Amino acid sequence: MILAELALTPPYYLVLSALMFAIGATGLLIRRNPLVMFMCVELMLNGVNISFVAFGADLNDVGGQISVFFVLVVAAVEVVVGLALVVAINRRRADATADDVSLLRG
Amino acid sequence: MAEFITFFFGAAVILAGAIGVVVARNAVHSALFLIQTLLGVAVIFVVQEAHFLAAVQIVVYAGAIVILFLFVIMLLGVDKAEDLGVEPIAGQKPLAVVLGASLLATAITFVLVATDGATGVGSGDPERQLDSGITDIERIGRVLFTEYAVAFQLTAALLTIGVIGAVVLTRSRSTADQLDDLEPASMDLPSLAPEGANDEHHVDTVEEDAS
Amino acid sequence: MLLDLAFLIPALPLLGFLVILVAGRRLGEPGAGWVATMAMGGSFAAAAAVFLGLLGEDADERRHVQTLWEWVPVGDFSVDIGFLVDPLSITMTLFITGVGALIHLYSIGYMHGDENFSKFFLYLNLFAFSMLMLVLGDNLLLTFLGWEGVGACSYFLISFWFTEEANATAGKKAFVTNRIGDWGFMVATFLIFVTIGSIEYVDIIGNAEGGLISESTATWITVLLLIGAAGKSAQFPLYLWLPDAMAGPTPVSALIHAATMVTSGIYLLTRVNPVLAEAASWSTDLIAWVGALTALFAATIAVAQNDIKKVLAYSTVSQLGYMFLAVGIGAYIAAIFHMITHAFFKALLFLGSGSVIHGMHHDQDMRHYGGLQKLMPITSATFIVGWLAIAGVPPFSGFWSKDEILAYAYDINPVLWVIGLLTALLTAFYMSRQVFMTFFGEYRYADVRPEEISEIWDNRVATAEAAVAEAKAGIGAAEEGVVKAQEKLDKAAEKLEQREAELAEVDESDDKAVDKATKNLEKAKDGVVKAQEAVDEVTVSVDAARAEVDTARAHVETVLAAAASAGDDLEGISDDDLPAAVKERREFHPHESPWQMTVPLILLSGAAVIAGVMNLPFSKDLHFLEKWLEPTLYGNKHKLGLSGGELWILAIVAVVIGAVGIAAAVAIYLQKRIPAERVELPILARGWRYDEAVSDFMGGPGRKGFDLVAWFDATIVDGIVNGTGRLVRTAGGGLRTLQTGLVRSYAALVAVGAVGLIAWFLVRTTF
Repeated sequence: MILAELALTPPYYLVLSALMFAIGATGLLIRRNPLVMFMCVELMLNGVNISFVAFGADLNDVGGQISVFFVLVVAAVEVVVGLALVVAINRRRADATADDVSLLRG
Repeated sequence: MAEFITFFFGAAVILAGAIGVVVARNAVHSALFLIQTLLGVAVIFVVQEAHFLAAVQIVVYAGAIVILFLFVIMLLGVDKAEDLGVEPIAGQKPLAVVLGASLLATAITFVLVATDGATGVGSGDPERQLDSGITDIERIGRVLFTEYAVAFQLTAALLTIGVIGAVVLTRSRSTADQLDDLEPASMDLPSLAPEGANDEHHVDTVEEDAS
Repeated sequence: MLLDLAFLIPALPLLGFLVILVAGRRLGEPGAGWVATMAMGGSFAAAAAVFLGLLGEDADERRHVQTLWEWVPVGDFSVDIGFLVDPLSITMTLFITGVGALIHLYSIGYMHGDENFSKFFLYLNLFAFSMLMLVLGDNLLLTFLGWEGVGACSYFLISFWFTEEANATAGKKAFVTNRIGDWGFMVATFLIFVTIGSIEYVDIIGNAEGGLISESTATWITVLLLIGAAGKSAQFPLYLWLPDAMAGPTPVSALIHAATMVTSGIYLLTRVNPVLAEAASWSTDLIAWVGALTALFAATIAVAQNDIKKVLAYSTVSQLGYMFLAVGIGAYIAAIFHMITHAFFKALLFLGSGSVIHGMHHDQDMRHYGGLQKLMPITSATFIVGWLAIAGVPPFSGFWSKDEILAYAYDINPVLWVIGLLTALLTAFYMSRQVFMTFFGEYRYADVRPEEISEIWDNRVATAEAAVAEAKAGIGAAEEGVVKAQEKLDKAAEKLEQREAELAEVDESDDKAVDKATKNLEKAKDGVVKAQEAVDEVTVSVDAARAEVDTARAHVETVLAAAASAGDDLEGISDDDLPAAVKERREFHPHESPWQMTVPLILLSGAAVIAGVMNLPFSKDLHFLEKWLEPTLYGNKHKLGLSGGELWILAIVAVVIGAVGIAAAVAIYLQKRIPAERVELPILARGWRYDEAVSDFMGGPGRKGFDLVAWFDATIVDGIVNGTGRLVRTAGGGLRTLQTGLVRSYAALVAVGAVGLIAWFLVRTTF
């Protein structure tokens, strides 16, 4: 019946990916805690990963998955360095939020 | 049919987790919600027959990165509840909501208006085709170590640099006698803002004998 | 090839300039002078060589362009350093370098003893270089280089003795007035470039001959070049710098303001004569009328000048007017002919006047001269030759050239001819006046001057009045004496009374006391008597003093009466009253100048005599100058339509007019039959008040205009510039608010940008 004709075409995955990305972006702009902000970034990256894989499957190309692989690696490194920065900032002042680092104010 | 149900289930988990990350007041709760999201993503990968990636996702993301997050949260004690009701920057919240909504709207518009959801073409290279009979992990392996070999090596270098960077950034002063010159730049920069303005956003130069 | 030596002509004075620039102080006097003179001499030799080379060519081939290198290569616009050697430029070069060399030699003698000796020759050589570039340049830009260069050197040389404020001001005036004319030159150059795409003379002439320049464009070019020429050649209304320029040393006046710089304007107009031929006739008529009226105007002023150099200055303006007149009516040959003869006799006259000034210890007032002929024979003989030449006395050169111009003027428009004749009359008159006042008549230098006599009378009156004041003071003293004596008398009378009272009170039985009292009384009486005598004496002296004041006053009256009745003569003044200056002048004996000054005078006078040979009107074969210059005129010269008989009549009329002028001068200045005041009107002496009017205008409304322009520049132009800066700063300040330093704001901005980009792609892409 109708259900049998439905297929999981890429748009489903892309909409999901867009939702994740939007939620992650909103969270990044709203939250002040640097660690939570980081997590929102991870959300965004994962959203993009989903769409990469979706495209790869649709186009019958492994490139999508390769891209996800690299995104994963780079995200890992980014988290490492970013957390090191958070630790360094927190040494100066406990409870530092993203709003406290405003020396570049013009 | 089964795929549909799996997909929707996975999507629900993901979205619930995502909203949880954003909304949770406690940072530890956010981290847990993140794990939930990542597991949901792994499920989606499985639906798409990207088994290797699903496994790597769980091992690396949920198993390492989020653990790292939790470690730092515990270490620094930044788990104190953040008051989401108060927003120091004017207009940030409405702007954030609007932007999020716009991003979503534009992306979905793109997706729905495109003829078949994707507008590109595959490379046609048989080496890269997913449905050619060999497993996805083998396919990834082959392509990774031939076409993307250089990028692979670079990521190795990147990882190394990342580790070194993390070590350097987090050295505490008291143990850095010989490495004084590698000390990260001091935060004691002169303020360019007029005196007394925006004090609440100013980083104190009070040194703490932390860690 | 001799023609290739053309580059040496300006190069040698430039070399001289550089040598003196570096080593001038060490060369000192007279070394620097000889270096400069030999540079000019070499230049003259080069010019002669090139002239010979040009003679060797056929008449049609006499145009040679020697290009040294490219100067300004900018896209379509390319200007070379090149020299155009053709009959016109070589003619100018010959007399510039020839007369110039003689003047350099003269200056060695004239500037003897001046502490800035080498600087003078530095500037002279630089001037010669600029002038030669002006004449030899093959394009308008090189000519302009020379044009500006001679203007600048003119400034340097006029204000050579700049420690005197008047000299510095004269230099500035010359420069600024020239600049006004230069504007016309520049705009004309731009116009020519826009019209034909090149500013080389060869192209200009070619285009004009080919009819590629429209009449209106040619007319504009002509008028603009006229403005430029009027500034440089001192025509009305831009002539006012030339009389003031006499503040410079006399060799400067001779070189720059007689023979060379002032002829640049005429040279320029002659050079572009094809363009003038294409222009509407009113523009060339304008040139002619400006020239004619300036000639007459200046001649009237020269009649009443007392400074020997100012007469010659106005005379120069007047003669240049003749040349402009000739150019305007198309008589180019006549203009060049007159330019050459004028160079000779005017330089001669200036150098001669310099010799006189040098001999008279820098006194330039002709009223103090007189009878110098016997004392300065060579100077006076050569000066007389110059006088006869300029007055138009045949067979001297001035007659032939001036007559040529008058003949053409008659042919074109009799009114112009009449103006020319009147000017000739006045020229003869004022030049004769100058010669008579300076060289003939009685020797007046040692005479007491009217201002000195009036000074003596003023002194006398002052002395008498001082005596009155003294006498008045004497009365005061005497009256004080009276008061004092009166006081003494009063005291003595008191004493007497006192003694009388004592005597009355004394006991009559006491003889001693009575004696004493009586004696005291007697003493007191004596005292009173003496005091009374003193009072009488002093009163007499007061009267005497009063009488003295009266005598003094009477004396003052006599002196005043005598002063009023005294004339300009020495009646009532004895030798002892004369100031020391007069005595000095009596000791002074003017003498002839050294050979460095007299030799050029002699050479120039020879030239002034025979130069007429260049273009005698008697037959076509004798028109050497005309045949020589013809190729450069491209048939644009006006053809004289007068018969031989008419020419004779015109010549005779001109001679008669000249004779009338000389006779009038004889009557007034030699025979003293007519008083000079009839002719030397004050308004003429003040130049028809034109100079004053210009100064008043510039100081008054002119100044307001300049202040307005300055205000405009400071407020509006600077305002725009500064305002733009302020605008940028304010905008930057506004944008600064975006820089909060907060990561989340930046993140928001990034998100905004991302949304914008996606939306843009969405709108653009077609699906």
